[in-house]
Amino acid sequence: MSEEIKTIKVTIDNITIDVAPGTSILQAARMIGGDVTPPAMCYYSKLEGSGGKCRTCLVEVAAGSTADPRPMPKLVASCRTGVMDGMIVKNMTSEKVPEARAGVVEFLLLNHPLDCPICDQAGECHLQDLGYDHGKEGTRYQFARRTFKKEDIGPYIQLHMTRCILCYRCTYVADQITNKRAHGIIDRGDHAAISTYISKAIDNDFSGNMIDVCPVGALTDKTFRFKNRVWFTKPMDAHRDCQTPGCCGKATLWLRGDEVFRVTARKDEWGEVQSFDGKPGWICNTCRFETKQTSSWTIEGLTTISRHSVIGANKYQTLEMPKETVKKVMRGVEPKLLMDIHSVSGVNNPDIHLSEINGPAHSSDFKK
Amino acid sequence: MEKKLLLEKVHIEGIRHYDVYRREGGYRSVEKALKMQPNDIVEEVKKSGLRGRGGAGFPTGMKWSFLAKPDGVPRYLVCNADESEPGTFKDRYLMEFIPHILIEGMIVSSFALGSNTSYIYIRGEYDWVTDILENAIAEAKQNGWLGKNIQGSGYDLEMYVQRGAGAYICGEETALLESLEGKRGNPRIKPPFPAVKGLWGCPTVVNNVETLAAVVPIINEGGEAYAQIGVGKSTGTKLISACGNINKPGIYEIDMTITVEEFIYSDEYCGGIPNGKKLKACIPGGSSVPILPANLLLTTAKGEKRLMNYESLSDGGFATGSMMGSGGFIVLDEDQCIVRHTYSLARFYRHESCGQCSPCREGTGWMEKILLSIESGKGKMSDIDLLWDIQRKIEGNTICPLGDAAAWPVAASIRHFRDEFEWHVNNPEKCLTENFGLRHYADPVYVAGS
Repeated sequence: MSEEIKTIKVTIDNITIDVAPGTSILQAARMIGGDVTPPAMCYYSKLEGSGGKCRTCLVEVAAGSTADPRPMPKLVASCRTGVMDGMIVKNMTSEKVPEARAGVVEFLLLNHPLDCPICDQAGECHLQDLGYDHGKEGTRYQFARRTFKKEDIGPYIQLHMTRCILCYRCTYVADQITNKRAHGIIDRGDHAAISTYISKAIDNDFSGNMIDVCPVGALTDKTFRFKNRVWFTKPMDAHRDCQTPGCCGKATLWLRGDEVFRVTARKDEWGEVQSFDGKPGWICNTCRFETKQTSSWTIEGLTTISRHSVIGANKYQTLEMPKETVKKVMRGVEPKLLMDIHSVSGVNNPDIHLSEINGPAHSSDFKK
Repeated sequence: MEKKLLLEKVHIEGIRHYDVYRREGGYRSVEKALKMQPNDIVEEVKKSGLRGRGGAGFPTGMKWSFLAKPDGVPRYLVCNADESEPGTFKDRYLMEFIPHILIEGMIVSSFALGSNTSYIYIRGEYDWVTDILENAIAEAKQNGWLGKNIQGSGYDLEMYVQRGAGAYICGEETALLESLEGKRGNPRIKPPFPAVKGLWGCPTVVNNVETLAAVVPIINEGGEAYAQIGVGKSTGTKLISACGNINKPGIYEIDMTITVEEFIYSDEYCGGIPNGKKLKACIPGGSSVPILPANLLLTTAKGEKRLMNYESLSDGGFATGSMMGSGGFIVLDEDQCIVRHTYSLARFYRHESCGQCSPCREGTGWMEKILLSIESGKGKMSDIDLLWDIQRKIEGNTICPLGDAAAWPVAASIRHFRDEFEWHVNNPEKCLTENFGLRHYADPVYVAGS
């Protein structure tokens, strides 16, 4: 007798999908992909216990399940709510969700310094994406923003707490993939802060992964700080035979010319570390901070990036236009494509392929 | 004078000690319960109609019947004695003066739920009460009411008191469990609920002090007798901690059939407003519940007299009603400034927000700052609408009810006292030295000096 794998049906924004029991609404939405997927600032599928905190992934549950079709009274955090058979979820099609989400974006930006022009995370910052996608123009906040002093936590990482949105991801990394957690959340409320215990240095082989999981520029790589803007660098998939136990050795090198400016873990379309053989591809500090010669790596080729538009040097390989009209599926709701940059701008159609240029592109590289 | 169930013997000298408490009929309910089937005790509590006294008013018997009972996994009963809501001090009184009633109620409840280890999580500031409880537990243990094989029944129970560290958020049941486990007191994301996965991942029931104490008269007199006290779904007696501008602040045990008017003005209870002042507003159930102006407090929108019970106080929803809450009855007279009062509450919630989820963490601080600027004469008219919008975006969008608790007082103040906010904006100088006073929502019945 073959064991039958039971699946359950969930409908998100009028698109029905079969998923395994125990899947969260957010994971189901990610399987559908595209605009149906709620944004997530604190949830990280590779970190156990993460999620539920930022409230950007709030969705409306219009029917709880086939057995109990009552709607849920409040918006729920899709990352931590499991799907039920016959559940009907409204994300983009909900009337309440966009407003609540815009509210959350406003709250998240309330004490955020918006120092993007000098922030190393700019260009690959989830808060920037979130602000553009779901936020409103301007702020109604008229008071001084909360500030903190910059703090060096360990030899490789700088903490700039002012930018932190308290997603707790880095504490989960420290808890789950390093063997000793030396930092955590101190204080509470809007004066809560990430800090090490009495400025204790974080000294651990895998501490660098905290930088990768940080959705904003609160944790930055000290070997890369102010060295370059991410959109001037060219991401290349590469691997090396790393001897550190637990390190997957597969990374993304961020090059400018032949110089490696930065090494990060490989990320998927949701900005999370990719999994290899079912295991998250965390990399060790040796790979990340100390192996910055191209000769130490076997380069596989350009990294394909679909989400963060300013990087990836025009390599939108995974971006596919929907085959059926999204508008019809969404019962009249327009998909949120702000502008097809390819059709209006020559910047993305240079005569020379950007990956072949060393350094920033100049006006002479483009069509007149 | 109505029948008292919890505070009947509180004035007997030495009732804090086991000998006197036992002589006055204490621990009878344990004797009775140990001869019953645990499920029958749960049924008895269901019949009594007892509702959680901590604030939400959820039926206790139903909560108990949700407790998961997997084999080989311990179950826990945790008493929530982290009473931190401004205006609420009933549990402290009960634990301080008649601690054995809580322990007695907890033994019965633990037996009913099959818990062999029970905890009292007490507010950190109640340090002297902790000593009283620990003494009482030691006395109970000496006399064979706790420990192994209680009174020869074969049932074992250990009871511990754990002090919190002074965080309001640890009164939220999942934050309480986190704190009890020795972690940072952040509320957990539900589901799973504590009845399935609570303390150390095991099924857990968390009940308020007063709820557990009320189990004693329920077992002694029977659930049906208990249900006959009170009215409708508000059965039994309720402790009200009255404070603010009243002649006789203190703890009152009421049977939930009296009117709010009687409670405030009769000499048996609060004894009226001091100095011949008029009633302006009241928070009937602890700082989190919506404030009501005098006219809506005394009569409902339908024109009926409002009663001191769950249904009547919430009659009209939040538009014209409030909530029974935890029974922290805060009375404001005509000299009180609603803006200042709201600011003071907002400051509390900002300070006590755990900072885990963004709407509460950022929104509470924002509301506090706006309220301070209005209160200090620097507000703009648009700030009032902004406040309304902020509270709306916090309410219902947070992990735990602290977000709602922070939003409701602000919402209710603007809903009922918007003109007072506008007066502050229009009179930036005057509002620093004068109060808005009563204006149109004056107490219609009681005129100063009459």
